[in-house]
Amino acid sequence: MNSPTPQFVPSRLGIYEPIHQIGIWGENFKSNGNPNTSTSVIVEVDNKLENESETTSHEMLTASNTYEQEASKPIDKIQRRLAQNREAARKSRLRKKAYVQQLENSRLKLIQLEQELQRARQQGLYMGGVLEGSHIGFSGTVNSGIAAFEMEYGRWVDVQHRQICELRTTLNAHISDIELRILVESGIGHYFELFRMKSTVAKADVFYVISGVWKTSAERFFSWIGGFRPSELLKVLVPQLDPLTEQQILEVCNLKQSCQQAEDALSQGMEKLQETVSSTVAGGPVDEVSYIPQVATAMEKLEALVSFVNQADHLRQETLQQMSRILTTRQAARGLLALGEYFHRLRALSTLWATRPPEPSLP
Amino acid sequence: MDKVMRLASEKDVVVFSKSSCCLCYAITILFQELGVTSTVHEIDQDPEGREMEKTLVRLGCNAPVPAIFVGGRLVGSTNEVMSLHLSGGLIPMLKPYQTWC
Repeated sequence: MNSPTPQFVPSRLGIYEPIHQIGIWGENFKSNGNPNTSTSVIVEVDNKLENESETTSHEMLTASNTYEQEASKPIDKIQRRLAQNREAARKSRLRKKAYVQQLENSRLKLIQLEQELQRARQQGLYMGGVLEGSHIGFSGTVNSGIAAFEMEYGRWVDVQHRQICELRTTLNAHISDIELRILVESGIGHYFELFRMKSTVAKADVFYVISGVWKTSAERFFSWIGGFRPSELLKVLVPQLDPLTEQQILEVCNLKQSCQQAEDALSQGMEKLQETVSSTVAGGPVDEVSYIPQVATAMEKLEALVSFVNQADHLRQETLQQMSRILTTRQAARGLLALGEYFHRLRALSTLWATRPPEPSLP
Repeated sequence: MDKVMRLASEKDVVVFSKSSCCLCYAITILFQELGVTSTVHEIDQDPEGREMEKTLVRLGCNAPVPAIFVGGRLVGSTNEVMSLHLSGGLIPMLKPYQTWC
């Protein structure tokens, strides 16, 4: 919402002074070139309100005339002013309500459009990739690496979903460990496939990977260097794996600690990289027009970002690998199910969040 | 070849780095967390830096820096150190060189 807030500022007398806000709401409507039917409704409401306030103040005047001889003038004035203020406040509130309604309608339309776009993209239509402004390069050419990744990732998510369902039904049935092992191997391999895909697209545009724009919003919330945190992964998995042997508990504990230490080291390296790039870009005299040397140097330093993304993915891969080694086949299958289900739920959360009912407008 | 191996055997834990390398910095942070003081040689500040870089690549590091040596022996680059750590093999390797204050 672009409208300025504070709408209601208490005056010295403790009365709301919305006189100037009428102007604000009015201006918003005037500048709104939206051919929306609600605009005409607002105009009608305005006229109605104006008529009402006129009659009210007229009534107030007649009422005050009868008491003119007895009532002292200052009280008269105050009462009239209070009444006018009340009317103005009421008008302002109604205008605000109408404006907010208009905004909500636009917002819903936007969500609908976004969902359509998402659907079209996941169906593997190239058009989705073209329309996304972020990977139209400076020369106007589309970054094919990103477009290819988006298509592949859409398919990856579908396959992931299928694998989770298969794991669930298989774990409930009673099949041999050998057959279960095959499912576990392909499940882990599927994650490794994602890391390979990410490595390729990181070379095309590392900012794309790090931004997490290829993931849903809730997943992005947990993003660490272009993906999930390995230590978070362990926190999600371990409660689902009971019962663990003493030896397993110890090994998982050690793995958790090593993960945390490795993550800390990489995080600090990333911070150092940020500082380096920042000071490079900011360096040199600002009164000179040419900033090319600073930007060129900064670009060289940014190359390191690709290494960090690769290292972060390597850490994710190693964590999965180690868990697969520590756990039994059945436990690993449950672990993969838990992990896949977790990401599936995060994606559902993202969709639900995007379509949540609008917050009630303030009185 | 000689300078690299000489420097590698001089101290317990040696990291070959470049002054601008943030991944090298991350590795030294990790060693710090594990109670190890690593000796860092910045090969871009060394007159023989070019030769040293070639040596490191020839020794098997796909990226010349960071190159980590423990007890005079090449452990590898970031990948190898991270894998070793997650598999539980790094701390035993560093045990003789840990200096907890």
